[in-house]
Amino acid sequence: MSDTTLTPRRLTWQRRRQSAGRTWKQFRRHRTGVIGLGVLVFFGLVALFAPVLADHSGIEVTEATGGVLEGPSWEFPLGTDQNGRSVLTLLIWGSRVSLLVGLLATAISMVLGTLIGLASGHYRNFFGAALFRITEWFLVVPFLPLAIVLATLLGRSLLNIAFVIGVTSWPATALLIRAQTLSIEGRPYLERARALGAGDWRQMSRHVLPNVMPMVFANTTLTVAIAILSETTLSFLGLGDPLRVSWGSMLDGAFSTGAITTGAWWYFLPPGICVILVVMSFTLIGQALEEVYNPRLRDRV
Amino acid sequence: MSAPTSTLVAEAETQQTQPEKRRGGQWRYVGSKLLGSFGALMFVLVFNFFLFRVIPADPARTLARNRLVSQEQVDELTRTLGLDQPLHQQFLTYLQNTFSGELGLSFKYRVPVSDLIIDRFWPTLLLVGTSTILASLIGIYLGMVSAWNRGKVVDHMSTGSSLTLYSMPEWWLGLVLIAVFAVGAGPIPKLFPVSGLHSTDVDPNSFVGGLDTAWHLTLPVITLTLAYLAEYSLIMRSSLLDEMGEDYLTTARAKGLRDVYVRRRHATRNALLPTFTLAVLNLGFIVQGAITIETVFSIPGLGLLTTEALEVPDYPVLQGTFLFFSVAVILANLVANLLYGWLDPRVRS
Repeated sequence: MSDTTLTPRRLTWQRRRQSAGRTWKQFRRHRTGVIGLGVLVFFGLVALFAPVLADHSGIEVTEATGGVLEGPSWEFPLGTDQNGRSVLTLLIWGSRVSLLVGLLATAISMVLGTLIGLASGHYRNFFGAALFRITEWFLVVPFLPLAIVLATLLGRSLLNIAFVIGVTSWPATALLIRAQTLSIEGRPYLERARALGAGDWRQMSRHVLPNVMPMVFANTTLTVAIAILSETTLSFLGLGDPLRVSWGSMLDGAFSTGAITTGAWWYFLPPGICVILVVMSFTLIGQALEEVYNPRLRDRV
Repeated sequence: MSAPTSTLVAEAETQQTQPEKRRGGQWRYVGSKLLGSFGALMFVLVFNFFLFRVIPADPARTLARNRLVSQEQVDELTRTLGLDQPLHQQFLTYLQNTFSGELGLSFKYRVPVSDLIIDRFWPTLLLVGTSTILASLIGIYLGMVSAWNRGKVVDHMSTGSSLTLYSMPEWWLGLVLIAVFAVGAGPIPKLFPVSGLHSTDVDPNSFVGGLDTAWHLTLPVITLTLAYLAEYSLIMRSSLLDEMGEDYLTTARAKGLRDVYVRRRHATRNALLPTFTLAVLNLGFIVQGAITIETVFSIPGLGLLTTEALEVPDYPVLQGTFLFFSVAVILANLVANLLYGWLDPRVRS
């Protein structure tokens, strides 16, 4: 970094890089968070390379080669399902849908939650108060019944289920962002910005948002965990995309074909364990990030 | 799934940043909470109305979906639903009907939805009530033990298993328990029934019938208890750890009180407050646990009613149970807020 080329933009990026480096260094100290990240990378790679790991024809019912609910063997390491498909193949392809829906739903929830939280914290007038009330009310409406009703009305598809989970899970984020916005808006540099004539949009986007971003980031990982659990539950209740295999729809299949009562453990244990591993790693990463960004929590655990 | 603990933190922070309602005493507090609950109730009513009438392009046709209907039947349905009336008129009729307990006729059972809800209410209450009490008691105890032994093996084990239970779909745990204890796995014999609430040959109102119901409910109650235990123990642990840094505990210790006494009499009492609020707030989330657990164990409660209605789809039933669950959560919230204000004077004054 020679002094002659140090433009303001470069300086900003340099500082951002440094701060990201510091965050990573602190994150690495949380053993559980790093383990979570490792597990997550594993599942991410499985989902990404699903076509290489297992042939797509393996999830077609018409091309199934195995027997009905066959136990584990060399040919089918995790046995077969009621249609004679390899459970391992289903598991690999199911990871795609479960992760994709989880991430999509989280993206929707984060955008909604951050925007509404920011606005309800920033505007000290009727508009802000109304947004806050709506957030509170949404928080009261029980999630699963609402999601069931929405999913039934909208129909069963991958995008719809992500949408349903997204629009029902934003209030928690919005409240968190609102609280954070309120505390940031009380600081002198925002008063300075206002005195210099910064408009609402500039205050929110250039001053408040960058400061709440770390919180949003930590909260995102926790929300993904909840979104994946919700996807599994909704698919289990038969509200998922009927054309795609996910871990939840596998469990639905296992339950409705009696794999539980016939002792076909290879069919209902693996999807559940995968869900637990993924959800737990997101939670662990989220907790580690929360501690990195919130020094008050650090000496607690 | 259940609300993340960060929500509670956020709520607490919001309350701190709102100093306006400082004076005015407890009546003002009660009044504001009542008003808030009323607002939430109206919101749910409006929401319920619009969800089922406005989102589908043609409600009558949507309501009749998947069934063979003639144009006359659709017209008939349009008239009975009052869909030929202007929107505000429809809303008023809907309000009137809802408040007088008329929630429409179930497509599937051909009986009023309100009757169905009353019928199916008791099994759910029995299941949810027992599990809540057990989960909060055991969870609070575990949270206390791990907070007192912070960083030791007990703490790691308790926190670790709490986290695992927290990351698990509760109905999957139910499936595993069925496979192990109701079907029998390896050396474990078949101990409990696979599903249902009563045996067919026992009168449910006799003493033996009561025992039979308890036997049927054992696995579902264990499942829900385990699923919600985690949250209580994690919250209790963190609020106890918060309290343990407080000055008044140092004072108590400096006065020469024994550690056990300081913990039990001073720290625990204060740490119970947030846990208690969570317990009541959680009723709403347990309701959704009941939906899946009742489905898995075939317990004829409100949850099973909801998931059975999905297959038809039985819109009046879905609308009715949605309204019922929402009202239950609003009431639980109100009770939690009022009790919290009564238990902790700092909140209301």
